Amino acid sequence: MTWTIIVLAVLALVLWGFYVSWRASRLDRLHNRTEASRTALDLALVRRASAAAELASSGLLDPASSLLLADAVRRARQAEAAERDLAESDLTRALRATLGTPEFRAELRAEDGGDAAPEVTAGRGAAETASADGPDGDPDAATELLDEVEKAANQVFIARKFYNDVAGRTLDARRRPLARVLHLSGSARQPEFFEMDDELTDGD
Amino acid sequence: MRIGIACPYSWDVPGGVQQHIRDLAEALIELGHDVSVIAPADEDRPLPPYVVPTGRAMPVPYNGSVARLSFGPLSTRRVRRWLRDGAFDVLHVHEPTVPSLPLLACWVASGPIVATVHTAMPRSRVLLATQPVLRTALEKIVGRIAVSEAARSTFVEHLGGDAVLIPNGVATRRYRHAEPLDGWPGKGGAIGFLGRMDEPRKGLAILLRAFEVLAPARPGLRLLVAGTGDADEHRGRLPEELRDRAVFLGELSEEDKVRLLHSVDVFCSPNTGGESFGIVTAEAMAAGLPIVASDIPAFRDVLRNGQAGELFATGDSDDLARVTARLLDDPARRAQLSVAALDAVAGYDWGIVAQSVLSVYETVVLGRSAVSLAQ
Repeated sequence: MTWTIIVLAVLALVLWGFYVSWRASRLDRLHNRTEASRTALDLALVRRASAAAELASSGLLDPASSLLLADAVRRARQAEAAERDLAESDLTRALRATLGTPEFRAELRAEDGGDAAPEVTAGRGAAETASADGPDGDPDAATELLDEVEKAANQVFIARKFYNDVAGRTLDARRRPLARVLHLSGSARQPEFFEMDDELTDGD
Repeated sequence: MRIGIACPYSWDVPGGVQQHIRDLAEALIELGHDVSVIAPADEDRPLPPYVVPTGRAMPVPYNGSVARLSFGPLSTRRVRRWLRDGAFDVLHVHEPTVPSLPLLACWVASGPIVATVHTAMPRSRVLLATQPVLRTALEKIVGRIAVSEAARSTFVEHLGGDAVLIPNGVATRRYRHAEPLDGWPGKGGAIGFLGRMDEPRKGLAILLRAFEVLAPARPGLRLLVAGTGDADEHRGRLPEELRDRAVFLGELSEEDKVRLLHSVDVFCSPNTGGESFGIVTAEAMAAGLPIVASDIPAFRDVLRNGQAGELFATGDSDDLARVTARLLDDPARRAQLSVAALDAVAGYDWGIVAQSVLSVYETVVLGRSAVSLAQ
């Protein structure tokens, strides 16, 4: 009788041990995934910044828009870790302000069609027609650059969603009583949500 | 002369550059010239007849804060149309390194272009000035004006080419006479301050400390402060028994600002730096107020090295208290400084400033055809 109890107790202990180690490795996996998602997010942000920088120096935009973008890119790149979210949000706002307007789209389409600024016609001859208004390169290159920025911005949106999702699950797992009592997360750093404005198309 | 002026900041928002442009435009019109100002502004709001609005400016993050600027294809088209319709003899852009209408105007125009730089450029913008798009636009500028020595040196160092120094004008007539606010200045004397309360470099904290030193020995002395910021926070910094003697007003209308200047015996400008000209100080001078100002280059210039107003060691509240006490006790000295201040500020009157700007226009139009759209 006593033997049965001892055997059962040992068995329970072993099972519990397996369970704890499974929980610990799951938490470890979550931390790893959080880390990987964070790296992906950082990469996406860097790609977005370089695409925006390229656009700013492309001559496709008017100089005021270029300058705004270049300023926002520079700030995002130089931001300290604590201010990164604000600087990246500012870059989003700068992108939205310069590229997100319907006029910009219309203009770009007009450039693609070949002729720009149709209202510049009256009386002064065609020589005046919007030479400075358009891209220095060909329209295809312009569209390509713009697509790249949009793609990069979209990737930021997705990467951030993924990161915050896995960070949230990691935080939940860390908060469970067992994980807290047995300190299952070890020395792994507690993940933080990355909050930023990353909607490229929505006006505020 | 037909003059086109491009303003970078929203006309609907009060600001130094906007006020400069308004005063310059009105002074030029008074001198008989044809002036048109293009500015970001709401079309639905009443505007002076010489302002051409480009629509409500979009708030965008720029240079560490949020600014209301006009940019993009629509604004570019409007600038283009304004230039074509205006057929100006000269184009005058303000703050061409700010991403807004003046930069766009530079970009699409050719011919006699004059640029005025108002603020000394911070390092961040100096770096941006290397942008090729910006350089191309700035290279078209033929006449350069800086409103201060500091602005001039950034012009010379980073944008290439020297600039003529033409300080801001003051609409002196507007400040000369006004009714004091009710109950001011009072028997025990009053000290005035105007400026943003929560911006440390405006130096309100220094003045409050000096007031703490002065007030106990002068039971009637009061302090009159006006400007945006958290008044309660600043009042809270004073010892409790002094709080009743410091009056904090919020942001004032132009008219009340002039009344405030006529409500105090001494005006204090305790700024610690970053001031390119000190327009508020000059306005107080135009009201004939004796000034106590910190010893920074901008104030030294306008106060003629202390002849038209007292200077105190920058940031030193004890020195400020000492200098102010001396002035409060010496009505003859105050009267003398009042006359000297009026005399010094007369040289900054817009009528005179506009003449200097005109001579720059006259120089750049020599041998050049009128402003046209760039090829």
